[in-house]
Amino acid sequence: MKVQLLEIAHSRSGDKGNASNIGLIAKKPEYYPILLEQVTADRVKQHFAGVCLGKVERFELPNLHALNFLLQDALDGGGTLSLRADPQGKTLGTALLRMEIEVGKME
Amino acid sequence: MIRIANGQGFWGDSPDAPLEQVRRGPIDYLTLDYLAEVTMSILQKQRSRDPEAGYARDFVEVVDRVLPDLVSKNVRLVANAGGLNPEACRRAVLEVAKRQGLNVPVATVSGDDITGRIEELLARGVEFRNMDTGEPLATIRDRVRSASVYFGAFPIAQALDGGARIVITGRCADAALVLGPMIHEFGWKAADWDRLAAGIVAGHAIECGAQGSGGNCQDDWATIPALEDIGYPIVEASPDGSFVVTKHAGTGGRVTVASVTEQLVYEIGDPRAYLTPDCGADFTSFRLEQEDPERVRCTGVRGNPATPTYKVSISYAAGYRAIGSVAYAWPDAYKKAQAGARILKERVARLGLEFDAIHSELLGANACHGIAAAEPSPELAAQLPEVVLRFGVRSKSRAAVERFTKEIAPLVLSGPPSVTGLGAGRPKVEEVMAYWPALIPKSEVSPVVSL
Repeated sequence: MKVQLLEIAHSRSGDKGNASNIGLIAKKPEYYPILLEQVTADRVKQHFAGVCLGKVERFELPNLHALNFLLQDALDGGGTLSLRADPQGKTLGTALLRMEIEVGKME
Repeated sequence: MIRIANGQGFWGDSPDAPLEQVRRGPIDYLTLDYLAEVTMSILQKQRSRDPEAGYARDFVEVVDRVLPDLVSKNVRLVANAGGLNPEACRRAVLEVAKRQGLNVPVATVSGDDITGRIEELLARGVEFRNMDTGEPLATIRDRVRSASVYFGAFPIAQALDGGARIVITGRCADAALVLGPMIHEFGWKAADWDRLAAGIVAGHAIECGAQGSGGNCQDDWATIPALEDIGYPIVEASPDGSFVVTKHAGTGGRVTVASVTEQLVYEIGDPRAYLTPDCGADFTSFRLEQEDPERVRCTGVRGNPATPTYKVSISYAAGYRAIGSVAYAWPDAYKKAQAGARILKERVARLGLEFDAIHSELLGANACHGIAAAEPSPELAAQLPEVVLRFGVRSKSRAAVERFTKEIAPLVLSGPPSVTGLGAGRPKVEEVMAYWPALIPKSEVSPVVSL
C-alpha cells in the first residue's frame, strides 16, 4: 500500500547558506530500510522541482535510523537574501513528509 | 560529571530561559548562543553607527537579572554575545556587576574579527575563495562589511582555567560554548579527538535551545506537554565523553531519543565529517538510548583530527529588498490572490526597472511547501476563508525597490475585491547582506584571551 512519509518518519530542516538540509528520521528502526530504499536523492530532487535548483546529496545515519539530505541552491540565495516566506527552509522538512512511498501492510 | 545548560538558542530567544535554567535546578555552566549570520549583519550595522555597539545588548540585561543567582550558586556563564565587539560587551557587563556590588572576573575571547585585516591577508596569499562556488574574493571585495573567524573551544577553556566566571566571545563555533567548559573541567587535550567530538555532539544537541528538548519537534508534537513552560536542554557531561541530554524536573517539553535526534540532524552536511575548529565529529558513530524518562544517553562518539584551517564568514552588501502583502477573503480568495499576483507582476514589469528577483507567494495555499504541496484543488481553493498574497523584489538599486513599494497599496482600490491587510503601510526597504564562506590557515590568526 502507498502511504505518505508522514506515517513512518519525522523530520527537521534548516539552512546552510543557500542550501537546505533535511534530516529524515524513521519512527521505528524497522522503517529505516524503507527510507533507504525509496527516498533516494533523485526522488527528493524531483519532489522539490522548482524549489531546489541544484543537486541533492543523501547521507546515511544508520545509528539514528535517519537520512540527511542536502539540497543545494534551494533557498533563493539563503537566509538573508531570500524573498520567500520560509527563507531558511524550516518547513521543507514537512514538505518532504508529503512524499508517497510503498510499504507492506502496516500494523 | 558537570551540568551544562543552554538558555538561549539565538538572539531573540526567551529572555526568561537563562534565569529558569539557573533557578529551577542544579547546573554548573550556563551557555547562551546569540550569533547567527543574520545577527552578524545587524551587529555590523550597529557598530558602523556607534563604535561602542556591535554586541548582543540583550545579553547585558540577561546578566543583570541572572548575576545574583550565578554568584550564589557558583554557576559560570559562557556566551558568544560579544559579536563584533567583545570588549564593549565586557565593559557593559562589568558596569552591571559593579552596580550590583559584585566582583566577577569577566574574560573575553577576541581576534576573530578580521574585517580590518582583509587587504593584509590577501597580500599574504590568503585567497578567501568562496567555499561553495570557488570564486575569488575579488568578485565582492569592495562590498565586504565584516569578516569573522570561527574559533573553537580551547580559548574558552583557557579563559576558564584563568579563573573567569563569565566568558564573552566573539564569533566561535556554536558547540564550542559547550565543549569549552568540558575541556576546562576534564583536562582534555588538543588531540583527544573522540572526546572533543563528543563535546561537539553534546553542544549541537543543546545549542539551539529548546529545539533540543521538545520545541519545534515533529515527532508526536501534539502530545508534548506544557510548551508554555518548556525546559531548555541540559547536558550532563562525563570525563570519558559520554553524556546525557536532559532538562530540569517539572518543566514542559520532552527529551526523548526522537526529540534529540531531530536536533542532532539539524543543519548538518556530511554526518561523517562535521567539521569544527577543534576536531571533526562523526555523527554516524554514536548510540542514543532513553535511560530514563526525559534522559537520553549518548555514548561512543568518534572524532577525527582537526583541519589546518578555520572557517571565515564574510558578509557583504548585496542590494536591497522589500516585501509586502495583502489578504483576500472568501469567496474565491485563492483566485483573487492569483489575480493580484498577476497584476502586480505586470505593473512591476512596466516600471522598466532592474530587479535581481521578483517573487510572489500565496500564504494559506502553498507558500511554504511550493510544488511539493501542489495547487489546492478547485473545491478547496473555492472554500479557503482567506489567502495572503505576499510579493517581494530584490535589486542592486535602492531606487528601484523604493519605487516598487508604491505598487502594492493601489491594488486595494484597483484590484480584486474583499481585500485588506495594509495596516502597516508601504513595505520597508531593507539593505540585505549576503554571506561568503571561506577558509583561513590557522597560522594566520590567533584567538586573544583577555581576563
